[in-house]
Amino acid sequence: MTDPQLRHVGLKVGGFEAIDVEEAETGIFGFWVFLMSDAILFALLFAVYGTQLAATAGAPGPAAEFKIDSAFWETMVLLLSSFTYGMSSFAMKYGGQLRWVVGMLLVTLVLGLTFLGMEANDFAVMIHDGATPDRSGFLSAFFALVPTHGLHVVAGCSWIVVMLVQVAAFGLDDRVKINLLRLGLFWHFLDVIWIAIFSVVYLQGVMR
Amino acid sequence: MTGSEIWTTLLGRFEWSDLPFVRAWEKGTLSEAIGAGAGGVVVVGAVLLVALLTYKRWWKPLWSDWLTSLDHKKIGIMYIVLAFVMLSRALIEAVLMRTQQAVAIGAPGLVGPNHFAQLFSTHGSIMVFFMAMPFLTGLINYVVPLQIGARDVAFPLLNSISLMLTAGGAGLMMVSLAIGEFSTGGWSGYPPYTEAAYQPGVGPDYWIWAITLSSIGSTLVGMNIAVTIFKKRCPGLKLMRMPLFCWTSLCTSILMIFAMPPLTVATLMLALDRYLGYHFFTNDLGGNMMIYIDLFWLFGHPEVYILILPAFGVYSEVISAFSSKELYGYVSLVIATMAIAVLSFTVWLHHFFTMGQSADINAVFGIATMTIGIPTGVKVYDWIWTMFRGEVRLTPPMLFSLAFIVTFVLGGFTGILLAMPPVDFVVHNTVFLVAHFHNMLIPGLLYGMIAGYQYWFPKAFGFRLNERWGTVSFVCWVSGFYLAFMPLYVLGLAGLARRTQEILEPDFRPWLLVALLGAFLLLAGLATLFVQLYVSVRQRDQHRVPVGDPWGARSLEWSVAAPPPEYNFATIPHVGRRDPWHWRKANGGAYKPADHYRDIAMPRNSMVGPVVGLSGAVCAFGLVWHIWWMAAFGLAVLWAAVIARSFVRRTKRVIGAREVEATDRAWLATAAAQQVHPRELETTSANAGLAELHA
Ligand code: HEM
Ligand SMILES: [Cu+2]
Repeated sequence: MTDPQLRHVGLKVGGFEAIDVEEAETGIFGFWVFLMSDAILFALLFAVYGTQLAATAGAPGPAAEFKIDSAFWETMVLLLSSFTYGMSSFAMKYGGQLRWVVGMLLVTLVLGLTFLGMEANDFAVMIHDGATPDRSGFLSAFFALVPTHGLHVVAGCSWIVVMLVQVAAFGLDDRVKINLLRLGLFWHFLDVIWIAIFSVVYLQGVMR
Repeated sequence: MTGSEIWTTLLGRFEWSDLPFVRAWEKGTLSEAIGAGAGGVVVVGAVLLVALLTYKRWWKPLWSDWLTSLDHKKIGIMYIVLAFVMLSRALIEAVLMRTQQAVAIGAPGLVGPNHFAQLFSTHGSIMVFFMAMPFLTGLINYVVPLQIGARDVAFPLLNSISLMLTAGGAGLMMVSLAIGEFSTGGWSGYPPYTEAAYQPGVGPDYWIWAITLSSIGSTLVGMNIAVTIFKKRCPGLKLMRMPLFCWTSLCTSILMIFAMPPLTVATLMLALDRYLGYHFFTNDLGGNMMIYIDLFWLFGHPEVYILILPAFGVYSEVISAFSSKELYGYVSLVIATMAIAVLSFTVWLHHFFTMGQSADINAVFGIATMTIGIPTGVKVYDWIWTMFRGEVRLTPPMLFSLAFIVTFVLGGFTGILLAMPPVDFVVHNTVFLVAHFHNMLIPGLLYGMIAGYQYWFPKAFGFRLNERWGTVSFVCWVSGFYLAFMPLYVLGLAGLARRTQEILEPDFRPWLLVALLGAFLLLAGLATLFVQLYVSVRQRDQHRVPVGDPWGARSLEWSVAAPPPEYNFATIPHVGRRDPWHWRKANGGAYKPADHYRDIAMPRNSMVGPVVGLSGAVCAFGLVWHIWWMAAFGLAVLWAAVIARSFVRRTKRVIGAREVEATDRAWLATAAAQQVHPRELETTSANAGLAELHA
């Protein structure tokens, strides 16, 4: 077999000491597989949401509860955070200035937390209005799908924190690089899921 | 805080009467006494185990040689040990159920309705999640890296975490015997019956969290094995050159990646319903139980192929080895395996034909179901042709394979019957179905696992299992199966509903007695397997096969010593065709030293696996009993362990080239000193693992 070529944005071919190229490749491929399984999870939650749209059982429904403007700004924040994460990856690949890598990670973290804050506020408003998951099948489905994404963002933010500590401790060693790359995949994946949530849940909700 | 508040904070909803011993004391019924006995066995067993480990000073070796090991071979063996332990429990429960039905004809029998319901729920859940899954995962873990010429799986630590999560779930199953009670909702846990409105107690929660731990473990295993097969094959081992067992393992692991999430989603949604008052599957406020049923069987049907495909792989290896022939129709077997894997996602609805879809939908799924018979039929013919004019030896693994072919085809026929919705409407929910799926799973899974265990045992431990006891066990397993389950076809057609605790029709008695006899024979089958193990360990010095190729087989795992060194291969093999080991033997390339030996880096032990498994189980236990501090603590420890691990930089241990060379040369010297054994003497002490070569 010829040596596998690494074409990932954040990694440079060669220059690995502790980890050989093949191992890095395997590690990243494995993470793709994980994301596939995670995508199934979201697909199922979307499917359940779709079947439960009508099951409002007298509790507040989509049109009454969804605020399109806050969902829109959340989308913008998350998209921007993906962009800044991408900047961090580029900095890692080209030149590898720690300042940029870390700076952009910090911006991403702040954006992620902003997103979470806005989302928490949405939920709080809904709960205040009496739109709680124990009211109807529809609200149950909503409060399964959207907070699951939120929990993933929480995980992503914690992961950024861990990676910042690791960058401080080890610099950009191979394992840190690989993990930053995986985290990037995860972060962009969450963006994709959010776009689906924005269209399927919020846009569709206010259009009906 | 009052006393009761402190109690609730510390111990959640636990009360003294949750202990089966207290219940048995208070109520004094036979049913409760049996429950207390079972709980007692768990407690006494645990105490004895601890005592034994302490007395023999085995704690340290247990910890550093096994529990923290990341060696795929050891992890595989631990999976199989777990499977045997759980098999013993689930089989005893099965015998108890058979006894109950045989004696409770117009009489209450031994166990009450609630207890009986717990029995079939634990039996089914254990057999599927804690016997079958660990067994096949163990075999895959042990064999696949060796067959693809790799030194380990792609993610050794993840492997250990998966094992420990599964073990944690199994532990929870065992704890449920001694503290509290189990779900009465069957292995499928259908809501709304498992909702808080009908079963507010801890039973369904035990089920939910045990299953969740195991399903997460299985998802992770699936990813690990799939990535291993895609990325870690040795040079030249193209996909179409892999042994068939690797193919079935690959399909199984892909199925795990895609089919386990629906189960996780279903059980977690049920948990949301029960814990936070959600309305996914409740009767009121827009809940819809059909969502659960769809999710469950979206997992459930692929699951049966997760269970059966590895056994197909074992049979392919065993039949080829014990016929001394190349596997017939390799390509068709690969295609059939893939076809089954894909089709398995298109048939889930046949598990609920009677639940109100239109006749057209039922027809589509009925036909889809029947098409699975086609690739399966292809396989059966391929196996038969493999034996044709081969030098067939009826060793125990081969006997199990033959019994499988006949019995599985029979079960397949009844499956085709059930795939016809009108027939299904008649026998749905009767013991006809119970007979059918045992008719698939016992030959299609259990026999395969036993055959694989017997086939690869000499590779793993360096000595053969006693064939005479193996044959005795085979006779018990096969006759037991027919006696235990053929009557159920009759009874099912006569209308005996499944999960029945008391029988009202006296005419059923003879059939139930025959089935009981069969169940005892099955138990004898398991007992004789243990006897076989005991006898073989005692006689190990006469049965050693250090050279490592006792059956004259064809794939790479037989090209190394038995047991193999930690790093499997002194040098990574290069492969030019299918059946590479056979080719090397035929062309004088076997048992040769390498030109160069290099240092080998292997993963260091890690305690993260056991810590994650244990804290996962602790978290689950806290959730079951509403002991919130414990649940939070378990979860925190789990993530802390994972995060701490990501800071560890020295994860590898280097084995020097000198040591590798010395070990390899010592093995080669053993091989050179041994006599070649002819096929006829395979099951005698003439077999030192150096097989005579046939065309
Ligand atoms: C080896 C001997 C076995 C015996 C004697 C046995 C016996 C039984 C009995 C008596 C029942 C209850 C039937 C009823 O509902 O009336 C049952 C249910 C079941 N068994 Fe087995 N079984 C055996 C092996 C297995 C194996 C190997 C598996 C799977 C790998 C398995 C999976 C199940 C499942 C899933 C159920 C349904 C549980 C439920 O109703 O929820 N069994 N078995
Ligand atoms: Cu099915």
